[in-house]
Amino acid sequence: MLGIDPRRVGMIALTAAALALAACQGAKAPPPAASGGIGGPFSLIAPDGSTVTDKTFAGKPFAIYFGYTRCPDVCPTSLSRMARLRKALGPAGDRFAIVFVSVDPEHDKPKAIGEYVKLFGTPIIGLTGSEAQLKTIEREYGVYVNKVPQKNGDYLVDHSAATLLFDGRGQLADIISPDQPDAEALAKLRALAS
Amino acid sequence: MTNIPHNALVATLAISLGATAALAHSFQAGHLTIHHPWARETAAGQSVGGGFMTIRNDGNTPDRLLSGSTPAAKELQLHSMVMEGTVMRMRQVTDGLVIPAHGELTLKPGGFHVMFIGLKAPLRQGAMVPATLRFQHARTVKVAFKVQPVGSSEPMEAGHAGH
Repeated sequence: MLGIDPRRVGMIALTAAALALAACQGAKAPPPAASGGIGGPFSLIAPDGSTVTDKTFAGKPFAIYFGYTRCPDVCPTSLSRMARLRKALGPAGDRFAIVFVSVDPEHDKPKAIGEYVKLFGTPIIGLTGSEAQLKTIEREYGVYVNKVPQKNGDYLVDHSAATLLFDGRGQLADIISPDQPDAEALAKLRALAS
Repeated sequence: MTNIPHNALVATLAISLGATAALAHSFQAGHLTIHHPWARETAAGQSVGGGFMTIRNDGNTPDRLLSGSTPAAKELQLHSMVMEGTVMRMRQVTDGLVIPAHGELTLKPGGFHVMFIGLKAPLRQGAMVPATLRFQHARTVKVAFKVQPVGSSEPMEAGHAGH
């Protein structure tokens, strides 16, 4: 099932909707109440072949995005926005890590992911993993991933395109949705970095 | 007397060079004008890239962008991208994209785009990627996609890039 977990996807969608609603009403977007446990332990592979786990980020907030390098649009758009907003934050921008997880291990090898994240001009940790490792993080982080076969034998990947923000304790702090204006996304990152 | 054709030749050449510089990126095919085709740069090992453009139709009948090809990749496909909540779904467009009469079709981030599938080499900033687009009425037209930084969200030639 490629890590589809409608319950968690629904939760993210609801959280995002609630936050969007709060924003529309001019309220200060509150951190989501009990996140229902989105987040938790994971183990993935870095471009140099080393293992990166949730413990790697102990004490350091991180913004995590799931995609694949053959995604020509929403992935580069989201990652370059993170890079741009981090720069806008100045020194505070260094207080959180930006993590890109490729959910397409068949095509995206760790080294190639390392090359890909370099495009964005800011340190981004590019990760992937075995099918099993990815299934775990997709399930635990409520990430929707669905391979869609093409006529030419290839496939596209439908995937969640929200950026999840975790605080230094590994708790879900907020979610940046791709259609959110920069100003709102920046406010969320500023809060994460504070 | 041989001066006249010579001068004429020089003038023609100057005009075409001038036109190339000034219009940087417009291609004409019948009633269609293809404005500023551009693509995002890609990294080594990245097998797919995305391209975008605006196609203006000054004719009285709709036309349709059917397909395309490029020597830079195995395939050039047309794709749609839709967001359902926070889930991104991309699909190949197989029946073409309509350019309305006296209207425009815009391929841009967050919507329709062309996919360069099976890139033979990474798309490097500043490079021009040649391609041929095939239309229902305007037939085929050769264009070139200018490769821009990965963070681009619109064509730089338009003078709005970099924010």
